[in-house]
Amino acid sequence: MRGNTATSLHERPPVGAVGEPLPHESAELHVTGHALYTDDLGVRLQNVLHAWPLQAPHAHARVTRLNVAPALTVPGVVRVLTADDVPGLNDAGVKHDEPLFPTEVMYHGHAVCWVLAESSEAARLGALAIEVEYEPLPALLTIGEAIAAESFQGAQSTLRRGDVTLGFEQAAHIFEGEFEIGGQEHFYLETNAALAHVDEYGQVFVQSSTQHPTETQEIVAHVLGRASNEVTVQCLRMGGGFGGKEMQPHGYAAIAALGSVLTGRPVRLRLNRTQDLTLTGKRHPFHARWKVGFDEGGRLLALQATLTSDGGWSLDLSEPVMARALCHIDNAYYIPHVEVHGRIGKTNKTSQTAFRGFGGPQGMAVIEDLLGRCAPLLGLEAHELRRRNFYQPGEATPYGQPVRHAERLEDVWSTLLRTSDFEARQEEVRAFNAAHPHLKRGLAITPVKFGISFNFTSYNQAGALVHVYKDGSVLINHGGTEMGQGLHSKMLQVAATALGVPLSCVRLAPTRTDKVPNTSATAASSGADLNGGAIKDACEQIKLRLADVAAGSLGALAATKVGALGVHPEDVRFENGRVFPVGHPELGMDFRQVVHDAYHLRTQLWAAGYYRTPGLHWDRNAMQGEPFKYFAYGASVSEVEVDGFTGAYRLRRVDILHDVGDSLSPLIDLGQVEGGFVQGAGWLTLEELRWDTGNGPHRGRLATQAASTYKLPSFSEMPEVFNVALLERAAESGVVYGSKAVGEPPLMLAFSVREALRQAAAAFGQGGHETYLPSPATPEAVFWTLDAARQTAARPEVAAD
Amino acid sequence: MDSISLTVNGVPREARDVRPHTTLLNWLRDQGLTGCKEGCAEGECGACAVLLARPTEEGGTRLEAVNACLVLLPALNGQEVVTSEGLGEPGHLHPVQRELAYRGGSQCGYCTPGFVVSMAAEYYREDRPAQEFDIHALSGNLCRCTGYRPIADAANALGGVAEGDAFAQRREQPAPTPQATHLTTPSGEFYRPTTLAEALDLLAAHPEALPLAGGTDWGVDVNIRHSRAPITIAIDGLPELRTLTWRENEVEIGAALSLSEIERRLAGRVPLLEELFPLFASRLIRNSATLGGNLGTGSPIGDSPPALLALDARVVLASAAGEREVPLADYFTGYRQTQRRPDELIRAVRLPLPLAPVTGFYKIAKRRFDDISSVAVAVALDLDGDVVRSVRIGLGGVAATPLRAYATEAALTGQPWNERTVREAARVLRGEGTPLDDHRASAAYRAAMLEQTLLKFYFEKTAQEVIL
Repeated sequence: MRGNTATSLHERPPVGAVGEPLPHESAELHVTGHALYTDDLGVRLQNVLHAWPLQAPHAHARVTRLNVAPALTVPGVVRVLTADDVPGLNDAGVKHDEPLFPTEVMYHGHAVCWVLAESSEAARLGALAIEVEYEPLPALLTIGEAIAAESFQGAQSTLRRGDVTLGFEQAAHIFEGEFEIGGQEHFYLETNAALAHVDEYGQVFVQSSTQHPTETQEIVAHVLGRASNEVTVQCLRMGGGFGGKEMQPHGYAAIAALGSVLTGRPVRLRLNRTQDLTLTGKRHPFHARWKVGFDEGGRLLALQATLTSDGGWSLDLSEPVMARALCHIDNAYYIPHVEVHGRIGKTNKTSQTAFRGFGGPQGMAVIEDLLGRCAPLLGLEAHELRRRNFYQPGEATPYGQPVRHAERLEDVWSTLLRTSDFEARQEEVRAFNAAHPHLKRGLAITPVKFGISFNFTSYNQAGALVHVYKDGSVLINHGGTEMGQGLHSKMLQVAATALGVPLSCVRLAPTRTDKVPNTSATAASSGADLNGGAIKDACEQIKLRLADVAAGSLGALAATKVGALGVHPEDVRFENGRVFPVGHPELGMDFRQVVHDAYHLRTQLWAAGYYRTPGLHWDRNAMQGEPFKYFAYGASVSEVEVDGFTGAYRLRRVDILHDVGDSLSPLIDLGQVEGGFVQGAGWLTLEELRWDTGNGPHRGRLATQAASTYKLPSFSEMPEVFNVALLERAAESGVVYGSKAVGEPPLMLAFSVREALRQAAAAFGQGGHETYLPSPATPEAVFWTLDAARQTAARPEVAAD
Repeated sequence: MDSISLTVNGVPREARDVRPHTTLLNWLRDQGLTGCKEGCAEGECGACAVLLARPTEEGGTRLEAVNACLVLLPALNGQEVVTSEGLGEPGHLHPVQRELAYRGGSQCGYCTPGFVVSMAAEYYREDRPAQEFDIHALSGNLCRCTGYRPIADAANALGGVAEGDAFAQRREQPAPTPQATHLTTPSGEFYRPTTLAEALDLLAAHPEALPLAGGTDWGVDVNIRHSRAPITIAIDGLPELRTLTWRENEVEIGAALSLSEIERRLAGRVPLLEELFPLFASRLIRNSATLGGNLGTGSPIGDSPPALLALDARVVLASAAGEREVPLADYFTGYRQTQRRPDELIRAVRLPLPLAPVTGFYKIAKRRFDDISSVAVAVALDLDGDVVRSVRIGLGGVAATPLRAYATEAALTGQPWNERTVREAARVLRGEGTPLDDHRASAAYRAAMLEQTLLKFYFEKTAQEVIL
């Protein structure tokens, strides 16, 4: 970049749309029902075929016979897709371990083949008519079973620093424990959907509810045996993604595309909720066995642990999920000696996948659980134990990355203790608990430090295409997808700011692989950082060319008005749709006039932008390097009240202080923080995936396969008082307009809810004991925990038993 | 006939080639009204919520929100529907839409039209105080993105209804009445008789027919288990099933009144039911679900049976041959089996008066709003001084049927109501029923909850602990 017109990435002009608290760019379409999602488009097409899967009723089995002929006799059935129809690779993944049409059923509900029909009812009846025989095989369902059978997949990795043996020798206190944390269903309100058709050249066009259009395109191409330039994938918007549409949509897009190529008709595939729940991957459950050493003062000296995730039947994203878990087991705490081993269990369940936080929450859960359990054994209050172990400036993570801005941990913590009135409320809670034998409250504060960037360095790049039309209107394209996180809103704000035009002049076109190629998944919270960088780059290129044009015109104007000799292009400013010499806004021209002039002077009015995150390196074998551009920080305080009769609880109040850098769009960031927190609280307290692990005929069946059995937070789980603040004066250098990523980190603020529940349950007992709280902390789990605590106290009403 | 007519967003439409199992949701989407979304197809998420124009007791119209995924289209012959598209448009937003849009109430936007509809129903509730919004109106709508705070803020920012509001004016006009309907299609027949006698004759002629009231259970069967009935008889509009009568020794509640209607009409006069209503599914469900349906399915985990058992309810069964009355405690005969013969309809539920003075309802579930019980316990207690004159305890979720806790009742009757006897009785209660382990709760927790809820009732209802 040259001159002053192109500013450094983080620098924010005095005037511009970034930083404005604007509603979502599609808000009016959302509330009126006019916003279109993938399956809404299918309704508008003629002659569409509907796809329906035949799902196997075994957790593990060989398909010994498949006769699809009877399906074709069902009225309305047009075709059944099987492995024989695949012209390219029979594979729906990137690790080549996910056959699109399997001969070996790997989990209960695995789709064996797909029926295409005139209606979904006909397709369903067609699937019922198919004759299929299976030879059942032994199945592994739980992490425990996988560990016992040594059923692992992918690479195992170890994060190491210092010498844990030495650390334990120096330790005054050593504790050991185990912890298991459940998975989580994404439960995006819009289930997976794809709609494919083939044009007159045989080009395949797939609309897909996907966070990763490029990878969807690649999978569709390899299934069809075609080149990427013959397949276009578009995503208008998603009704939620949360990581669940990073890899999972590819196979469904491929089925729709294959069906369309073979029949010449549009094919619509939308999973119903039960299909989505039984077919697609979820957050990885984790098991951890740990040993920890503290010094006399409660400072962490050594941590040795083995983390085992439940990867399900195929590898999917399990390796990078485990890498991120290992890279977040430290959370906000400096641990001199570390040896943490990670391995991925292979079980006969759905292939667990990306989910907001991507292993980070599971890694963090281990240390937060451990600290919550050990604090009473160390004679310390949990919040004091946490604070004593914070990273200090100059310290580095176990994987060797300096913790830049470590002082923000203490800043956030002390500010939040003050604004949440923590100490006074601790006293109130004590008084309440002393006065109420059957109700107890708990109050807890926990921190978050979360690394931003894809661990996989290559993904940290993005492209954009920005057009300025002759009338001065602007159209932007970028590689990121919109799933509700407000990425498109932020990108409009970035473009308007970068070009110095009002937001109303900028429009955004749907995400398509033929506009911006080779895009990364919209994931890892990185959508705004990467695509914002690319859009700003494109806008700066255009602005530089316009500045040259404007300098000439403005020079002439300035010469007549104030007698100046001319204007240098570097001294041209763009603000609010006006273009003027620096310091002389009164001499401005309309942006549209400059664009008009530029066109006639034969100036290129569009540009492709590109961004790559600088300064990253990662050795995934050694688990060392600097995989993250920066860390996002935050902390939360939660207060709960637990009913000693039932274990039911209320979330009375939550206070959050979170670091989003200098926010691009504060209303949207606030929504991400609140929504992430509630989703995290759902994972930790309410949402429970249960599989049939018995040895009966339904072994391996997902028992919670509907909204009536898998409960996500509703209005009743919203904190009764919810105070959320964004950290002030937090501009992040080297990131677009000084902002920080916000999608994932707030999810982990929810650990304070779990820790508050632990405190409240412990208050039913005498204190000084370790309180083990299962996860999710459902009312039942809380009841057993408080009941165990109650047994430690010699209350008369318990003694009566 | 194979078509019906209905009004959608003010425009009359003819629905042709209607199947008895076509849901309103699917039909609206096929009409291009894709603001109506499928999130779960079982009435749990509210993404498909629409407004139905229903009659008020005063002859006007009430706009009630229901789950379109559970409404069968033939049941709407002659009716009037409003969707999110009908409330406002981009550039001309309805007040509810405006508040949601500009306060950050939508992120991915997929649940949003449903929230708009549920909020609009509460906005137009005729007895809503202008500056108040009952957030329970949104208990049947799920949002996975926002964490709900901005949605609550939007709801609380709504003031009164503006002068001249078209929907407010619509409330002043009569609502459509149930239209006699008979559809014959290749995939089954659908009847809507207009009198009880007609319905009972049909049922006598077709004992295999499915009587359909609110449809909140049958709709789930249709969508999730793909159940299909050869003959469906809609009974929710029958006037004989829609009365609520106070007599000297009983209150009789029509079996086809929705729970919302019962709640409104009882107005707190049956405190045990008043405790039950907010815990019974969601407002979207309560606007359709009926007591007749909740008893008719015979489910062991329905929420009303434990409460009705504690109230000593009797079920009025009607057939072409006449009526009979069965105590609810004898009505359930096995898992999803009851004394109702195929040719009978539940016409009403009778609660004897006077009511027991102290009552409590306890629903044990993972989530406070809109969840299915793992255990439900209802207690109705009558004390003579400090001695138990009578007590009735109804249980759900601990056996193949809802049941009365007779052993516990016996352990308490005639005993002093104090901590010692209650603890002893609670241990008896713990052993009643045969609870199972499932995805909702363990058998051990269910048993423990039987014991704990009686203690909770004792401490919270009759021996108030000191509250600071």
